[in-house]
Amino acid sequence: MGFDWVFFTELIVGGLMSGVMYSLVAIGFVLIYKSSGIFNFAQGTMLLFAALTFVKLTEGGVNFWVALPVSMGTMVVFGILVERFMMRPLANQSLLSLFMATVGLAILIEGLAQYMWDSAIHGLQLADFLDLALLDPVNMTIFVVDYIEWLDILISKFDVFATIVAGTMILILAVFFQKTRTGMSLRAVSDDHLAAMAVGIPLSRVWALVWAVTGIIALIAGLLWAERVSVSFTLVEAVLKALPVILIGGLTSIPGAIVGGLIIGVGEKLGEIYLGDLIGVQGIETWFSYFIALVFLLFRPSGLFGLKTIERV
Amino acid sequence: MTDVLLSINNIEVTYARVILALRGISLQVKKGAIVSLLGANGAGKTTTLKACSNLLPAERGEISKGSIELLGEDTAGMSAYDLVKSGVSQVLEGRHCFSHLTVEENLMTGAFIHEDRAQAKKDLELVYEYFPRIKVRRKSEAGFTSGGEQQMVAIGRALMSRPKLILLDEPSMGIAPQLVEEVFEIVQNLNKNEGVSFLVAEQNARIALKYATEAYVVENGRVMLRGPSEELMGRADVQELYLGAGTDEGGESFRDVKHYHRRRPSFA
Repeated sequence: MGFDWVFFTELIVGGLMSGVMYSLVAIGFVLIYKSSGIFNFAQGTMLLFAALTFVKLTEGGVNFWVALPVSMGTMVVFGILVERFMMRPLANQSLLSLFMATVGLAILIEGLAQYMWDSAIHGLQLADFLDLALLDPVNMTIFVVDYIEWLDILISKFDVFATIVAGTMILILAVFFQKTRTGMSLRAVSDDHLAAMAVGIPLSRVWALVWAVTGIIALIAGLLWAERVSVSFTLVEAVLKALPVILIGGLTSIPGAIVGGLIIGVGEKLGEIYLGDLIGVQGIETWFSYFIALVFLLFRPSGLFGLKTIERV
Repeated sequence: MTDVLLSINNIEVTYARVILALRGISLQVKKGAIVSLLGANGAGKTTTLKACSNLLPAERGEISKGSIELLGEDTAGMSAYDLVKSGVSQVLEGRHCFSHLTVEENLMTGAFIHEDRAQAKKDLELVYEYFPRIKVRRKSEAGFTSGGEQQMVAIGRALMSRPKLILLDEPSMGIAPQLVEEVFEIVQNLNKNEGVSFLVAEQNARIALKYATEAYVVENGRVMLRGPSEELMGRADVQELYLGAGTDEGGESFRDVKHYHRRRPSFA
C-alpha cells in the first residue's frame, strides 16, 4: 500500500486550520503578558463568559448583528472594570500577587456567568446565523457547514470560515501593534513600565485597552470554539490547548503565538494518526501537544520568538 | 516669584511607609537654570527627582511631608502623565530605553502626550540635530546601542515631550568619559537654545559643577550645601569630599570633622 498523499494533505490542512484557532486563544494570553507581565489565568473563563453572553442574547431572540456588538461592548466594559478594580490597586505589587488575582478573577467570572446566565450546556449553531447573515444572491454557500471538494480534499467549510476570521483578527492585531501609536505605546509599556510612565504614557489607559482587546479576542475565539465544543464549561478547557502554543512561540510574541499554533495544530493531527498507530495507542492528541512543547523547551527555553533579554556587557 | 520653575519645599519621602529616604529637602530651579544635585550613593538624589515627577508611587514611596510646586502650583494630586503634560520630563537613572523598540520608536514614545504628528516629526528632526550620533542608528533596536547612545536616546525621548524642565538622573553612569563631556555639552546647548531647564543628579561632581549654574549637595536625605557652582567649586570641603583633592600632610582633613560642624556655615 502506497502512502496516502491525499489523506496526508487533508491532515495538514485540517491541522493548520485548527492551529489558527489555537493561535487566536494564545494571542489573548500574549497580549496580557506583554503589557503587564502576568499570566492571565482567567483567559478561559473570559472565553466562556463572552460566548455565554452572546448565546443567551441570541436565545432571547436578539438579532445576530445586534448580539455581536452588544457582547463586544460587554467585554470592553469588562476590560475597563478589570483595570480599575484589579490592575490599578495591585500595580507595582509582586507579579505573583497579580497572578493570584487573575486566579480569583477566573473564579469570580465563573460564578458571575452562572449567576447572570446559567450553567447549562448551550449548543451554538454559528453557521445558522451566518447562513442567514451572509447568504447572498450569488449563491455563496461557502460559509455553510458542509464539505467542499477541492483538489479531491475534503475540508469543512466552517473551518475555512473560522480560519479566515481568526487569520483576519491576527493580521489586524499585528498591524495594530507594529504600525499605530497606541500599539507602539503598548510595546513600550511591555518593555519598561517605569520608563513608560516617565515619558507620559498613561499605564491605566493602556491596561484598560489591553484587557478590552483581550476580551474581544476571547469573544471571537469563544464563538469559533463553541461551534465545536458547545458553550459550557468545557470551553474553559479549550484554553488549555493554548498553553503548549505559547510555550513554543514564547509568551511575548504574537508571531510566536501564530507559528506555535500552527505547529501544535499540525503536530497533534500527524501525531494522532501516524505516531499513534506506530506505538499502538489511541487518543494521544490530548497530550501530544504538551510533548511537542516539551521538546521545543529543551532547545529554545524562551520559545521560538520569545524576546531574548538584551544584555550588554 | 515668577521666575521660579520648580520649588521643592521641605519634603520628606518614605518608602513602604517605614523607610525615611528624604528628611527635609528644599530646592528651587529657576527658569533657564541648570541646577545640579550632588551627593554620594544613597544620599537621596534619585528619590528627590522621582518625587518631582511623581514616580514614587511606582516604588511604594510617598511624599509624607512638604510640597512640590511647579510654577506655583502644587503637584500633589497630579499623576506622572499629568506632570509630563505640564512640562516636567524625567530621564531615569540607567537610561531605561525601551530596548526592543528601535531608536526612532523610542524617541516617538516621548511625543505620546502630543496629538500633533506633524509637530512630532519636526521635533524628531530637532532631536537628531542635537544628537547626530543617534540619527545614524535610528533603525536599530535601542538595546543594542552603546551606553552613551542610550543616554542620548533617553534625553532625546524626554525632549520630544517639549518639556520646560528635564530631570536628568545620573547621566554619566556607565558611559565612556569622552561621551560624558559630549552629553553635558549638549545639555548646555539645549539649555541655551531651547530654553529647557535642567535638574541634574550627578555623582561626578567635577563635571556637574562645570556645567551647572547652581548646585545643591545632599547627604543622608538632607541638603548640606548650596550655592552657585563656582562658589561651591572653590570651597575646600567640597574640593576634598566631592572633587577628590587630597589634603597635604599636616592640614586638617574634612573627613575628621563631624558633619554637623561642616553643615552650619553652609546656610550662613
